[in-house]
Amino acid sequence: MNVSYRWLSDYIDLGGISPQELAEMMTRGGIEIDSVPSRNAGVSGVVVGYVKTREKHPDADKLSVCTIDAGTGEDLQIVCGASNIDAGQKVPVAKVGAKLPGGLDIKRAKLRGVESQGMICSARELGINDKLLPKEQQEGILVLPADTEIGRDILEVLALNDSILELDLTPNRSDCLSMIGVAYEVAALTGRPLNLPNPGKGLYPTAELTSDYIKVSISDPELCSLYTARYIKGVKIGPAPQWVQNRLIAAGVRPINNIVDITNYVMLEYGQPLHAFDAAKIAGGRIDVRLAKAGELLVTLDDQQRKLEPHMLVIADAEKAIALAGVMGGANSEVTSDTTDIILESAKFDGGSVRRTSRQLGLRSEASARFEKEVNQAFVREALDRASALIALYAEGLVTEGVAEAKISFPEPVKIELSLGRINGMLGTELSSLEIKTILSRLQFKAEVSGERSWSVTVPSRRGDITRDVDLVEEVARLHGYDEIPTTLIEGLTTTGALTKPQAIRRELRTIMTNAGLQEAVCYSVTSLQRTKLFKELSGETKPIALAMPMSEERSVLRTVLLPSLLEAAAYNLTRKNNDLALLEIGNVYHSDEAVLTRLPQEKPRAALLLSGNRRSASWNRSAEPVDFYDAKGILEKVFERLGLAGRVAYVAAQPVGFHPGRTAAITIHTERGTETIGYVGQLHPELQRDFDLPDTYVAEIELAPVYEYADRHIEYRTLPRYPAMERDIAVVVDRGVAGGALTDAITAAAGELLESVKVFDVYTGDRIGSDKKSVALALVYRHGDRTLTDEEVTEAHARVLAQLEQSFGAELRK
Amino acid sequence: MKERLEALRQEALEQLQSVADATSLNDLRVQYLGKKGQLTEILRGMGALSAEERPVIGQVGNDVRAAIEAVITEKQEGFDRAATAHRLQAETIDVTLPGKAVNAGSIHPLNKVAQEIEDIFIGMGYTIAEGPEVETDFFNFEALNLPKNHPARDMQDSFYITDEILLRTHTSPVQIRTMKAMNGQTPVKVICPGKVYRRDDDDATHSFMFNQIEGLVIGPNIRMSDLKGTLLQFVQEMYGPQMQIRLRPSFFPFTEPSAEVDVTCAQCGGEGCRMCKHTGWIEILGCGMVHPKVLEHGGYDPKEVTGFAFGMGVERIALLKYDIDDIRHFYANDTKFLSQFAKM
Repeated sequence: MNVSYRWLSDYIDLGGISPQELAEMMTRGGIEIDSVPSRNAGVSGVVVGYVKTREKHPDADKLSVCTIDAGTGEDLQIVCGASNIDAGQKVPVAKVGAKLPGGLDIKRAKLRGVESQGMICSARELGINDKLLPKEQQEGILVLPADTEIGRDILEVLALNDSILELDLTPNRSDCLSMIGVAYEVAALTGRPLNLPNPGKGLYPTAELTSDYIKVSISDPELCSLYTARYIKGVKIGPAPQWVQNRLIAAGVRPINNIVDITNYVMLEYGQPLHAFDAAKIAGGRIDVRLAKAGELLVTLDDQQRKLEPHMLVIADAEKAIALAGVMGGANSEVTSDTTDIILESAKFDGGSVRRTSRQLGLRSEASARFEKEVNQAFVREALDRASALIALYAEGLVTEGVAEAKISFPEPVKIELSLGRINGMLGTELSSLEIKTILSRLQFKAEVSGERSWSVTVPSRRGDITRDVDLVEEVARLHGYDEIPTTLIEGLTTTGALTKPQAIRRELRTIMTNAGLQEAVCYSVTSLQRTKLFKELSGETKPIALAMPMSEERSVLRTVLLPSLLEAAAYNLTRKNNDLALLEIGNVYHSDEAVLTRLPQEKPRAALLLSGNRRSASWNRSAEPVDFYDAKGILEKVFERLGLAGRVAYVAAQPVGFHPGRTAAITIHTERGTETIGYVGQLHPELQRDFDLPDTYVAEIELAPVYEYADRHIEYRTLPRYPAMERDIAVVVDRGVAGGALTDAITAAAGELLESVKVFDVYTGDRIGSDKKSVALALVYRHGDRTLTDEEVTEAHARVLAQLEQSFGAELRK
Repeated sequence: MKERLEALRQEALEQLQSVADATSLNDLRVQYLGKKGQLTEILRGMGALSAEERPVIGQVGNDVRAAIEAVITEKQEGFDRAATAHRLQAETIDVTLPGKAVNAGSIHPLNKVAQEIEDIFIGMGYTIAEGPEVETDFFNFEALNLPKNHPARDMQDSFYITDEILLRTHTSPVQIRTMKAMNGQTPVKVICPGKVYRRDDDDATHSFMFNQIEGLVIGPNIRMSDLKGTLLQFVQEMYGPQMQIRLRPSFFPFTEPSAEVDVTCAQCGGEGCRMCKHTGWIEILGCGMVHPKVLEHGGYDPKEVTGFAFGMGVERIALLKYDIDDIRHFYANDTKFLSQFAKM
């Protein structure tokens, strides 16, 4: 809502309050004002001039030489380039010494040899947005009404010495979608009296009865509670008075003609949208408010044919729909320059219905915006009378006697019980009864004493947002001033703040992984359908969850796996020449087995990592080291070790979709429920690497729910060893396919309690042992906690180990 | 014999005086003090002395040996020090060359800021509540006093999946879930961080996905003044003790009274600058007293308890904190951007 400061001063004395001060006052009171632009963009010295003569320029086809009476006593000779200039017009004349927007100074000049003592201005040259002008005034110079006084300052004529308060209204304050509503607000803030228009003033009905011309009815009482209309005969269509046009332009509404302009003017004044029908085009002398019929068509005022649906409310005559209620009029009943009799409508339509229709058809207007937020039914009749009186005055209309009305209901005034204790208890203030009563009276809310320090407050219908005592508490608070509310600490609530176990572990996970050199990314939760299919096992059996109205195909379904997001991030980084990547993301994936959701999907927390390029880049003292599978695995091992899960987790060769089939492990976790796979670590499949333009890239993704569940933060201290260990290294030759993990498992099982640790320290393949063999070197450490081991014990245990290796793997001890 | 010993001392000390290296020093040691050295040679003649003379000459001999040894030791230490110094000199490296890089990761700035905010509230006795990102219309809107067709739904254009299920547009549904889980018990004192989604075209200040942190306190006697006090404490811990807050009346369907909260502009300290549009204040939060309908939906009697709630956008806090020019940087994951937040 754009509020003209000058227009507002019609209703309330703003003396001593500048537009900027008013804006600050309103903002601090809860009506936010974005900016307060001046309507004068830098105009001075421009006056109304009369074009006495217009001659063609002797040396230039497109120029005219005009004699102008600008009320200065002497005629001015001005050369003008506009094609619409003509003798007999009143036009804005920038005299020598005038200033125009953009720092233009008007000087005496010669144009193609002819002296010019000023400049005739277009609207744009005066800093007026010409989109807001009637079409015929958008081209060429601005032609003013014939009765405009010669010599008058153009700032006065066009009301440019004004400021606009640009209100950024919250949805509850639709009362301020009207000048009168804003005036009430300013009255409450300032405590000054209001001076509102008398809607019936100037309304002198003829002896003819409205009911002889038009009858109205409401067929759908749910969606329209009041419909009123007046019949106005013999209107003369023409431009509205300049002051009406000025105010519309100030409010950002384009003037059209006197009828439309007056309905718009009254809409801005009261917040009640009005509509005028050409009475000659209404069949059967009746208007009905009904639902559209299936398949019914209506060409709206914007010349678009609209296919109506049965939930849409229409205004209809005896034969056809003539308007979309509250949204837009029909072309079939439009007021044109030939119109003589009009039917003026003022009604209350259901906000939800208007909202649904206007959204569905993509038709949003000043009118629909007001209906959507529920207009004040008390203003329906006032606005009708006010507009009728103005049409009588400015379009020479004759208003017939009586109002055609169909009324379903009239809302009861809202009464709210309010107590001083409730206010002070809720705000933490110590306001007195007197202060409360003063604030309520400034709001013009009627308060009757209903008990000791309590009132029954009657809320005027214009404030439909106030329905409960807390709404009144807010009114009191904002008019008292939020700054005046004290600053206190919560009393009597002692609570302990802490993270839950999953929250603490998630943070720990983030710390461990970033300490391991990973950079945390945050990626979008929505992706393309194609992306959800890249990693079948990680996406599981889920059905894709699609947005009903996505903004783009790339962001149309919820992600079912994290890795594609990291692949995109990696690809993006490579285009930015960030080649060595170590990325991490902790986030949710969304799984459901329903094709159409009837319940919420599962949101599974996961962690994913990606390594690409070099572990270390080349430096002056070492060469680059590219990442490999074991870097990714090493990070996971560290994670599981730190979270106390190392004993439960195992890695098993696997071939999930999207991964290199020979370089990938399933990560399993062993619990009392058995062993389950919680993720994968491996090289990205070369085809995916190619698709994303990535070099060799290693990735992992794990499910976090089991991590949160089984993470064990308990530290079990063991006394330091007091007896020496005995170390034995062996190297065994086995088939290449034998997994190193299988060897260490077998050794651990065979050696018994004396074995403290076993570690692979070398793997050799090569000519010396045969192409299908490999040699694995292992370091075994034996120790007893309570005594020094004897050589015999160790030898015996070690023999068991060698025997077991030979039996299970055909392992030969390498000499 | 005594004279010979004294002469030997004299000669040895003179020679030692001018010795230049460890090898020559060792040669002199052998020459004078070795088993076949000159001192031994002289003392071999002790047998010819009388019983009275023997201890006297023996003493002299010992003195001479000690004197020579002392000088040799001193000389040896000097040569050792010089040798060490020489070796260390040879080992000199260029200390201005860069060290071996240790790969340092980094926490994402949004999570870093969120953790910082969480920690402040944990210190104030709050716990952290989380809820689903895919929500029902009931929890996201209806229970928060936003019935279908409510004009305020315009403020939050949403991504629906079905008519009843959508991506949450704020973390407020977690408040309802928390209240329901509390079963009417007080106090409630939680903050609710998480991702939220709105149908906004992405630009420098808008992202269709962003992060919020909301707070909720419910108790028998919670006042708006407590809300002010809580937010002041938060802001001062987050930005410094010199910061002030300012509340302006506003509207949210789920709170009444409602307020927008401005903090002192950190850039200019409240003087007025480009960042705060010359007002001295920066808007960072929305808040208010929990609406009675919301309390009812959460299972509380609004006559028995009151509460306050507040919410902030993590992106906005982070943009202001680090003076980042474009919200889209948070989701592009350019490592040149991410690595800047590796500091503690």
